[in-house]
Amino acid sequence: MMKENRLKFTIIAILIGLVIGAIILLAVGYNPLEAYGIMIAGVFGSPKYISWTIIKSTPLILTGISVAFAFKTGLFNIGAEGQFIIGALVATLAGYFLHLPPVLHAIVALLLACLAAALWGGFAGFLKSKFGVNEVITTIMLNWIAFYLSNFLVYWDKFKRPNSEASQKILSSASIAFPKEFGSSLGSFFNAPVNFGFIIAILVAFLIKYVLNDTTLGYELRAVGFNKDAAEYGGINVKKNTITAMMIAGAISGLAGAVHVLGVTNEISILSAMEGNGFDGMAVSLIGGNSPIGCIFAGLLFGALKYGGYKIQPIMGAPSEIINIVIGIIVFFIAMPKMIEGLTTIRSRRKRGGEVERSK
Amino acid sequence: MNNIDFSTKVIEMKGITKKFGDFVANDNIDLTVHKGEIHALLGENGAGKTTLMNVLYGLYLPTEGEIFINGEKVQITNPNIAIEKGIGMVHQHFMLVDKFTVVENIILGKETTVKKGNWNTGHLDIKRATKEVEELSRKYGLYVDPNAKIEDITVGMQQRVEILKALYRGADILILDEPTAVLTPQEIEELIQIMKSLTGQGKTIIIITHKLREIKQAADYCTIIRRGKKIDTVKVSDVSEKDLAEKMVGRQVNFVVDKKDIEKGEVVLNIDNIVIKDNRDLNAVDGLSLELHKGEILGIAGVDGNGQSELIEGLTGLRPVESGKIILNGEDITNKTPKYIIERGISTIPEDRQRRGLVMDFSMAENFILEKYHKEPFSHGNKLNHDEIRKHAKELIDKFDVRPRNEDQLAKALSGGNQQKVIIAREVTNDPDVLIAAQPTRGLDVGAIEFVHKSLVEQRDRGKAVLLISFELDEIMNLSDRIAVIFDGKIVAILDANKADEKTLGYLMAGGGVDDERKQA
Ligand SMILES: Nc1ncnc2c1ncn2[C@@H]1O[C@H](COP(=O)(O)OP(=O)(O)OP(=O)(O)O)[C@@H](O)[C@H]1O
Ligand SMILES: [Mg+2]
Repeated sequence: MMKENRLKFTIIAILIGLVIGAIILLAVGYNPLEAYGIMIAGVFGSPKYISWTIIKSTPLILTGISVAFAFKTGLFNIGAEGQFIIGALVATLAGYFLHLPPVLHAIVALLLACLAAALWGGFAGFLKSKFGVNEVITTIMLNWIAFYLSNFLVYWDKFKRPNSEASQKILSSASIAFPKEFGSSLGSFFNAPVNFGFIIAILVAFLIKYVLNDTTLGYELRAVGFNKDAAEYGGINVKKNTITAMMIAGAISGLAGAVHVLGVTNEISILSAMEGNGFDGMAVSLIGGNSPIGCIFAGLLFGALKYGGYKIQPIMGAPSEIINIVIGIIVFFIAMPKMIEGLTTIRSRRKRGGEVERSK
Repeated sequence: MNNIDFSTKVIEMKGITKKFGDFVANDNIDLTVHKGEIHALLGENGAGKTTLMNVLYGLYLPTEGEIFINGEKVQITNPNIAIEKGIGMVHQHFMLVDKFTVVENIILGKETTVKKGNWNTGHLDIKRATKEVEELSRKYGLYVDPNAKIEDITVGMQQRVEILKALYRGADILILDEPTAVLTPQEIEELIQIMKSLTGQGKTIIIITHKLREIKQAADYCTIIRRGKKIDTVKVSDVSEKDLAEKMVGRQVNFVVDKKDIEKGEVVLNIDNIVIKDNRDLNAVDGLSLELHKGEILGIAGVDGNGQSELIEGLTGLRPVESGKIILNGEDITNKTPKYIIERGISTIPEDRQRRGLVMDFSMAENFILEKYHKEPFSHGNKLNHDEIRKHAKELIDKFDVRPRNEDQLAKALSGGNQQKVIIAREVTNDPDVLIAAQPTRGLDVGAIEFVHKSLVEQRDRGKAVLLISFELDEIMNLSDRIAVIFDGKIVAILDANKADEKTLGYLMAGGGVDDERKQA
C-alpha cells in the first residue's frame, strides 16, 4: 500500500514536472509538444538511441544505489562524485599500465577501482567513527581532493596522451564493451558503445538488496541506520558498521566510474568541473525511494531525460540552458512529493485512516 | 470533586470506532467528561486508550463516531484544530527538542516575535516569552528553569515542560498519556498536586494510567476500556483498587508475588569499587561495590539520578568504567564490548525502551533477534534465516501475550506496553546468568506486571541472578530478596527484604544514613 502510493506520487510528480517544463518552453517561445516529441523520438526513435539511453543511465543507477545504500544505513553519502572519479581514475590506470589477458584484465581493473573507491569512501566512515566528523562534510572535501588528484595524474607525462587533454586510452584487453563482431549482426542497437555495465548495475542492485534484507551484515547495517543506540545496546559494533557502510557505498560509486571508463570513454579527461555523475546519483536515489531496485528505474528515467533532452538543442535551436532548466524542474518535482509527504504526514495519516504511524 | 461543573460537558465522544486496516482499536466507545473533572482512562496494554486520545487530539480520524466539545459538534481533523478548541496533549513519549531550552520548546510553533508597530520583525522575543512562561508556571505551580536545556533536566521536569507547552497554547482540556510511568514517587505526588491545582482553576484533565493507586488518589471518574470496548465508567470513590483491576482485565488479579524461599547460591557478579562518569564528566557512580548471588533478586532502591543509569550502562559495556572491577563468574569483564558481555551472560531490560531497547522501524520479529541475529538458527554463516526468525517471533508473541499477534508489525505501531513486552520477552528468553531489569514494568498494565514479576521470580528460582532497578518501592519490596539503597553513586545500605520497610528505605534513599555516618565521624 505504501509502495503503491509512492509509485503514484512519483508518476504524478513527473507529469507535473513535464507540464511546468512545457509552460516555461512556451513562455520563451518554443512549442513544448514539439520539444517533447523530439525527446521521445530521441530516446525511443531507434535501437541505437535506446542503447545510448541505457549507456548514459548505467553510472547513474550505480551512484544512485551507492547513495541509497548509505542512506539505509543512516549515512548521507555526498561523496559519490569523488568516489566515481577515483573509480574512473584507477580503472584507467589499471587499464593502461597493466598487461593481462582479456576478461581477466577487465575484471582486475574493475576490482582495483572498487577497492580504491571503497578506501576513499571508507576513509570518511573512519573519520566519522573515530573522530565523530560528519560524513557530509568529509565526503564533500574528499570530492575535491579526488577531482584535483585525477587532474594531477592525467597531466603526468607517462599517463597523458600527447596533444590531448586526456589520459592514455585503456588497452582493449581491459574493455568491457560488447565485441564488435557480436554487434554487426544485430543492427543499430550495437552502433553505440554497448557494454556489460548495465548488466553489472542490475546485478549490483539485486546484490545490495540481498545484502540489506537477507544477511547478518544487512541486519546490522539497518539496525545502526535506524537506531544506533539500540544497535549498540544489542552488541552491534556501530563504528565498524559505519566504516563498512561507507566502504561499500564507495565501492559501488567507484564501480560506476570504472564501468563508464572501461565500457564507454576508454580514457579520462582533464576535468574543468565535476561532471555530476555522483550528484545525480543523489537525485536518482531520491526518485527511486532509496531502494536499490527503484534506482534501476530512476536511473533509466534520469538518463532518458538527460539524453533525450539534449536533442532538443540541435533540432529546435533552443539554447541548452532551457533544457537544463526543464530537466531541473522535473527532478525538483519528482523530489517534491517526498517533501510534501514529510511536511503533511499529519494530514495524510488522517486521510489514510492512520496507517502511517507516528514515529516517536 | 467539588470543582466539577456537572452542567457543562466539555467533552462528549459518541460511538467512536477506529480501525487500523481490519484491526479494531476502538470499538464504539462513548466518553463524557465534565468541566473541572479529572477523568482516568484505564485498560490493558493495547486496549486502545492512546488511540482514543489520539482521535480526540486530531492525530487519527475516527472510522466512525462523533465528537462534541462544549456541546458543539466538531470535526477534529488535525491537532491544530484540537488546539484551537482548547485541547492539549502530553504524549506517552515526549516530543521535545533536546538541544533547545525549556522556553524555546514551549514556544515552538507559537513563537513570540518582536513587533515594531504593525510590522512583525520576525525576531524571536525570548525575553518576553520567558516572562510569559514564568507567569504560567507560577500560576499553576509548575516550576521549571526556563533557560535550562531539555537534555540537562530530569524526566519529571521535561514533563512539566510538556504540560506548560499545552497551557501556553491555551489548553483548557489536558490529555496526559501515562504521565506517571516515568516519574519517581515524589514527582508523582507533585504531579497530582499540579493536576488538582489545574482543575481548581477550571481546567479539565483526562489521564491515562496503569497505576490504580493514582486513580484512587487523583481521579473523580474512571472509564475502563478492554480490547477496544468501553466496559464502564465509574465514580472512583465508589470502587476499590481490586474492583478496578478486575473490570480492566476481566479476571482476578494477584497483587502479591508468590515467592518460595530458596537458598541463595555463590556470587555470580562482583562489582568492586567502580567509578563511572556521567555526560557532564562528573562521577555518577562513585566507588560502588555490590555482590550479586545466584538465585536472588537484588533490588536497587533509589531516587532517580543517583547513578542508576550510569551503573547499568557501565555493567553492560555501554559506558566506560573509570576505575574498579566488574567480575562475572570469576572473569573480569570491565570495559569489555557490549557483545562480549552479552555473550558471557548478562542481559538487560533497558530503562529507555525507545532509545535503547527497540529499533522502532524494525518489525517485532527483527527486534526479537537483536542480540542473536548472528547465531544459529537465526542465521547460518552470513545468511539470515527468515523462517526461523518468524517462528521464534511467533513463539515469543504467544508466550508473552504480545498484542497484536503479528510478527511483521513494526515496533513503532505497537502500544507502549506491548513494546515493553517485546523487550522483556527477548531478554528473558536469553536465559542469562545475570538479568539486569531496569524499570521492567514501566507502562505495563497490572495483568502484565503480574506476568513480568512471575518471569523474574522464575529466573531466580532457576538459580539465576536478577538485578532489579526500579523507582517503585512497592515493586522493589515485593520482588527482592535483598535491597541495596543507592545514593549519590554509592550503595549506602543493604537490607534483607523482609526486614525492610518503606519508611527506612525512604529515609536511606534521601541520604539519611549518610548524614548519620557523617555526624558520627
Ligand atoms: N498506527 C498504528 N497502526 C496499526 N496498529 C496500531 C497503530 N497504533 C496502534 N495500533 C494498535 O492498536 C491497539 C491499541 O493501541 P493503543 O496504543 O491505543 O493502546 P494503549 O491502550 O494505549 O496501550 P498501552 O497501555 O500499552 O499504551 C494496539 O494493538 C496497537 O498495536
Ligand atoms: Mg498507550
